[in-house]
Amino acid sequence: MLYDALIGPFTEFEFMRRALAAVIALALAGAPIGVFLMLRRMSLVGDAMAHAILPGAAIGFLLSGLNLFAMTAGGLIAGFAVAILAGVVARSTGLKEDASLATFYLASLALGVTIVSIKGTNIDLLHVLFGNILAMDDQTLLVVAFNATVTLLVLAVIYRPLVIESVDPLFLRTVSRAGGPAHLAFLALVVINLVNGFQALGTLLAVGLMILPAGIARFWSRDLTAMICIAVIAAAVSGYAGLVLSFQTRVPSGPAVILVATVLYIVSVLFGRVGGIVRQLFPGRHLEA
Amino acid sequence: MAALHFHNVTLGYDRHPAVHHLNGEVARGALVAVIGPNGAGKSTLLRGIVGILKPLDGSIHLGGLDARDIAYLPQSAEIDRSFPISVFDFVGTGLWRDAGLFGGIGRAARKKILRAIASVGLNGFENRPIGTLSGGQMQRVLFARVLLQDASLIVLDEPFNAIDAKTTADLLALVKQWHGEGRTVLAALHDMEMVRNHFSETLVLARGPVAWGPTADVLTPENLLVAMRMCEAFDDSAAACAADDAPSRAA
Repeated sequence: MLYDALIGPFTEFEFMRRALAAVIALALAGAPIGVFLMLRRMSLVGDAMAHAILPGAAIGFLLSGLNLFAMTAGGLIAGFAVAILAGVVARSTGLKEDASLATFYLASLALGVTIVSIKGTNIDLLHVLFGNILAMDDQTLLVVAFNATVTLLVLAVIYRPLVIESVDPLFLRTVSRAGGPAHLAFLALVVINLVNGFQALGTLLAVGLMILPAGIARFWSRDLTAMICIAVIAAAVSGYAGLVLSFQTRVPSGPAVILVATVLYIVSVLFGRVGGIVRQLFPGRHLEA
Repeated sequence: MAALHFHNVTLGYDRHPAVHHLNGEVARGALVAVIGPNGAGKSTLLRGIVGILKPLDGSIHLGGLDARDIAYLPQSAEIDRSFPISVFDFVGTGLWRDAGLFGGIGRAARKKILRAIASVGLNGFENRPIGTLSGGQMQRVLFARVLLQDASLIVLDEPFNAIDAKTTADLLALVKQWHGEGRTVLAALHDMEMVRNHFSETLVLARGPVAWGPTADVLTPENLLVAMRMCEAFDDSAAACAADDAPSRAA
């Protein structure tokens, strides 16, 4: 019974195995990126970027179908265009950068939806907005895995400057010029992982499998390495449980994955070891030192 | 030989000068206090020296030093202490010059880090996240990182702000130890008594140089009064500066 509910779908159906492999790849790469987004106070920037890359990804999607290379290239171009334009307007007019980014990402989102609506079908639009991990073919899965591998390799290269830049940017600038390139490479990784999440979760929820696991991890550890591990595990568990939920109840797969992550988040907010509500209400007797 | 040479340096933000027309040099092994009221340009000058801020005008020469031979202690407010990093790892960033992007932190390097932490009296704090430290403990951590950098030019931005007398005494002893080892030390300070008693040379700043030389000669009521009357204007419609090279100290 339990086997049929929890394991059966994956042994029986190839599309479920592909979906599971995809969410694990997304968890391995996206969750560490999410941890850095959160620690650099860029959670909402990640969300804004997810919307900003839509026109590029949509054009790639319409030209080449669900070809993740085309969508990634389009997404990268649109993402950087929005980031640069928002930065230029903020610096040349005195408008705050977040307000400038908000304007550009909304315009970009509207443009993206318009492109898909005019050139594609409503099904295309739904697909881009909400994704469908259960419709993933072998080629797309390979691209997702490739992007995840590239993410982990690049993250390994920029890990030190990224950490130092997050905690003490002035110090890094005195010892190295790696801070700027590391920040740009990190933004590129954010975009790559958002596009990677398109197929599985859609543009609106792609950032969810990055940010929610990071939020969960924050309630369980004060150590960066442990936080990254917890975030990856939380993302993978959410992905697996979301797929089972989707299979058993016919809830769309993307929202199911994010809803499971949300449940884990609420449990963490309540019972987390670091700053959880219950822990704060019942801290236990104070220590000697 | 000079460790630092300023030639008509103007530093600032968006064309507005925070320090302008600074000339002079800092001898190797000097112990220099940089004093002045808030907004006088002390931190801006130090940022210019360590290369974070490019001069709007003029130049700063490092007297043959590589930029990486400089250790900089920023104000604590610049550091994100909510970031989950331990004291050991934070101090270990001082080994960037040796380790860089990929270099390993081997047994010898780990010993160095532990020794630096012990030197500032923080034995047992190695695994503590920096967010759980007091202000004084965090300042000790920053000094430990400077120790680890083993630099010939040490630049300290208000290193004794808001810390108790014991911590100040301990950290001041370190500064004097660095001076004794022949390193050049520049420190932005507010405590006039400390400057008078422990720093041989002083630069009084008030958005420009007021006086620079032996502390006993420079720390006069007249000079301090000039510094206190500093004009803090920040005028978008100001005309372009027409002042020529205005020597503030014989090179």
